[in-house]
Amino acid sequence: MQNTRGLRSQLKDSVPVTGLCPQAGTYGVPDTLRRGFSSVKNELLPSHPLELSEKNFRLNQDKMNFSTLRNIQGLHAPLKLQMEYRAARQIQRLPFLQSSNLALDTLRGSDDTIGFEDVLNDPELSEMMGDPHVMVEYKLGVL
Amino acid sequence: MALSNVLELPASGFNFENSARNAVLEDVLGDGKTKTPKPMKTGTTIAGVVYKDGVVLGADTRATSSEVVADKMCAKIHYIAPNIYCCGAGTAADTEKTTDLLSSNLTIFSMNSSRNPRVIMAVSILQDMLFRYHGQIGAFLILGGVDFTGSHLYSVGPYGSVNEVPYLAMGSGDHAAMGILEDGFKPRLELDEAKTLVCSAIHAGIMSDLGSGSNVDLCVITRQGVDYIRPYQESEFKDQRQGRYKYKPGTTPILRENVEPVEVEVMQETVQKMDTA
Repeated sequence: MQNTRGLRSQLKDSVPVTGLCPQAGTYGVPDTLRRGFSSVKNELLPSHPLELSEKNFRLNQDKMNFSTLRNIQGLHAPLKLQMEYRAARQIQRLPFLQSSNLALDTLRGSDDTIGFEDVLNDPELSEMMGDPHVMVEYKLGVL
Repeated sequence: MALSNVLELPASGFNFENSARNAVLEDVLGDGKTKTPKPMKTGTTIAGVVYKDGVVLGADTRATSSEVVADKMCAKIHYIAPNIYCCGAGTAADTEKTTDLLSSNLTIFSMNSSRNPRVIMAVSILQDMLFRYHGQIGAFLILGGVDFTGSHLYSVGPYGSVNEVPYLAMGSGDHAAMGILEDGFKPRLELDEAKTLVCSAIHAGIMSDLGSGSNVDLCVITRQGVDYIRPYQESEFKDQRQGRYKYKPGTTPILRENVEPVEVEVMQETVQKMDTA
């Protein structure tokens, strides 16, 4: 059987493809009802040189920091930190409301720095809100 | 408005949703007929010099938008910290916002640690921020400040390159200004010599470069404090307004005046006692 999953992980850094179908809903087929019409060109090629690097910026930073930490202090250090991150990430409001992520910010150290992500496009000031029932059902996997 | 499907909010920070649309628009509207609007650049001359007791920064005050002067009294020397100031060339909004963010970060640091920030901290934060965006943020900055390690002058480029030098000029008028600085700079200048040197460097930039003009602003930073002189030297080419644009009182003639008193009838009166016990 073809190892499509392996191929996907190789492409992940250069092309944003989630599985073989970017608009996939359940069963892996394009979910037009929920994701809208799909345009292959828009999904495959980044339209701005910074788009990919910005999308993965935090992930890459964390990866780099954790691997440095592992080299300096041993495996336990990043493991313990990642355990704390997971615990802090679970402190959330209901899915359709914006959470402050205060514990997560404090752990990351981003509670005493200001960057463009705090000034531009703040999700708390977003004008759109998902339908509460649909969002909760989606989160619980009942949808 | 609540949508009927699952909403995924875009991540905070820069949003690239419109860049595909903009690329298509440029293709369609291009052909030399219409061009996308250009951002306001500061097309500048900025310079800095380290002298005996500190740092002198200088800048012109013109901001251009393609061939039009957009702002005649633009302030290009930005406050970063009580002991650090920064001159900015390049896209006006980029330099403004980047220096604002830098200033906020350093203020938070000062509050956390009750110390004045060092110039090298400002430079490191700027370098990280600008390198992350790979030169898309067009900010060419000259940072100058005095901290307990001494007086420092750094240049930071839009890709995150950093240089520490005793005298510096940047912007579109930097060649002219650099000529003056190369000729006149000596180590350990006196305050007046340093001010004259920076002023003539900026003046050379103003005279030789179309993107620089109007007045010269100076900022002198020492251990004791900061002297922000705006303007230090006014442009000789100020024009006189030919006419007055305010209307004199009495310009509009009053044709008729009619006064009618409004009769007010008291319908209901209620008194509420205040409990002042």
